[in-house]
Amino acid sequence: MLDFGVISANFKFLIVQGLFGLGGFAGGTLRLAIPAIVLGFVLGIFIGLARLTPSRLISVLATLYVEFFRGVPLVMVIFWIWFIIPQILRLPIPEYGVALTAFVVFEAAYFGEIVRAGIQSVPRGQVEAATAVGLTRAQTMRFVVLPQAIRNMVPALVTQMIVLFKDTSLASIIGYVDLTKAAQIVNNREIKPFELYLFIAVVYFIFTYSMSRFARRFERRLTPA
Amino acid sequence: MADAAIRFRDVNKWFGKHQVLADINLAVSPGEVMVVCGPSGSGKSTLIRCVNGLEAIQGGDLVVLGESIVRSGVSMSALRTRVGMVFQSFNLFPHMTVLENIMLAPVRVRGLSATEAEKTARTLLARVRIPDKAENYPANLSGGQQQRVAIARALAMQPKIMLFDEPTSALDPEMINEVLDVMTDLAKEGMTMMVVTHEMGFARRVAHRVVFMDAGRVVEEATPDAFFAAPKSERAKDFLSKILSH
Repeated sequence: MLDFGVISANFKFLIVQGLFGLGGFAGGTLRLAIPAIVLGFVLGIFIGLARLTPSRLISVLATLYVEFFRGVPLVMVIFWIWFIIPQILRLPIPEYGVALTAFVVFEAAYFGEIVRAGIQSVPRGQVEAATAVGLTRAQTMRFVVLPQAIRNMVPALVTQMIVLFKDTSLASIIGYVDLTKAAQIVNNREIKPFELYLFIAVVYFIFTYSMSRFARRFERRLTPA
Repeated sequence: MADAAIRFRDVNKWFGKHQVLADINLAVSPGEVMVVCGPSGSGKSTLIRCVNGLEAIQGGDLVVLGESIVRSGVSMSALRTRVGMVFQSFNLFPHMTVLENIMLAPVRVRGLSATEAEKTARTLLARVRIPDKAENYPANLSGGQQQRVAIARALAMQPKIMLFDEPTSALDPEMINEVLDVMTDLAKEGMTMMVVTHEMGFARRVAHRVVFMDAGRVVEEATPDAFFAAPKSERAKDFLSKILSH
């Protein structure tokens, strides 16, 4: 028989520590996912724009960045920052710093590609029309290209944010106590895997499903009548 | 004519190894309407796209409103506010209403207040005969209406020159005239215009001069009457027989 008493007995640890990261351990799924999404996207915008600049050097560097991080597993990036960077810098990096850095640099490569594709999806004629009425390059980008590019990006962007949100569970391998790790800790003591992993699956799903619902509404609002 | 609005002097342009403009010498006087025609790939669109710097030239000189645009340090942005352009595919901004499309440049480039810009925009919409479409998005307009908004958008910067790049080629036949009528009005008001078009009726009625291009060269330059009655070159005769018989 299923015994969900294990959930209520450990609810505070699972949610406050595991989900929000407000317990005694470094951890928290949301505390990692939210800044990782925001900072990863911001860095991704710069990388996407860098790939499209006329400057050959900058675009090649940005392309190398994207190809490198798309070509290696996320777990490897986490291990690099966890084991190797502190040796090089002779400086310990706490779990949270490692996890956040790894997610931001890794995900920025994917966000960068989404931004690049979004900008390139705007027809050339739009840029020409904006240029022809006297707008500068920056104004053309800001008022004409980006608003249309962002609308085209939303579906891919939200998919990537959902992937990132779920991937934060990988941070548990360096001892970061997120939702997955919290469930594992409780399970080691109580041996109720079915109840515990079903519960965290539901929690993950509530967040990812809300994100896709919100995205659909947002997309509809961006589409002109 | 020392004070031509547009003067091409030995203009040459290549796309890679392919020469698209060869030794162009042309002058457009203020208030003149010049129709440029020719087979596709003859360089006529490229020719007018050089006037507002959408295409760069590689040889010769091009003087627009008294300023050479090949001289280094010339402000293309400032030049473009004085040269309006209308495209074959309209290129309205789909995420903005008709009003916002027209107001964008006056507000952002000229620095007009929104109130002033809106007043001008509404006047222009009346002038292109769609005052009631101000709040619509481009997707909800017919092609002819979209092209008239595009004309209003260009006029909002109060240009001295208007360039038209096949403005009716993407339109259904029943919408062509509503756009040509607006262009005819503009011509009558004394606007300097360079028009790439296959509308030979428009050329005959409105143009002061017709330029026929082929393979990047100006082959013939004449008044509409002379050009249509007796084209001098074989290529122009051939072109006219094809375009007028279809």
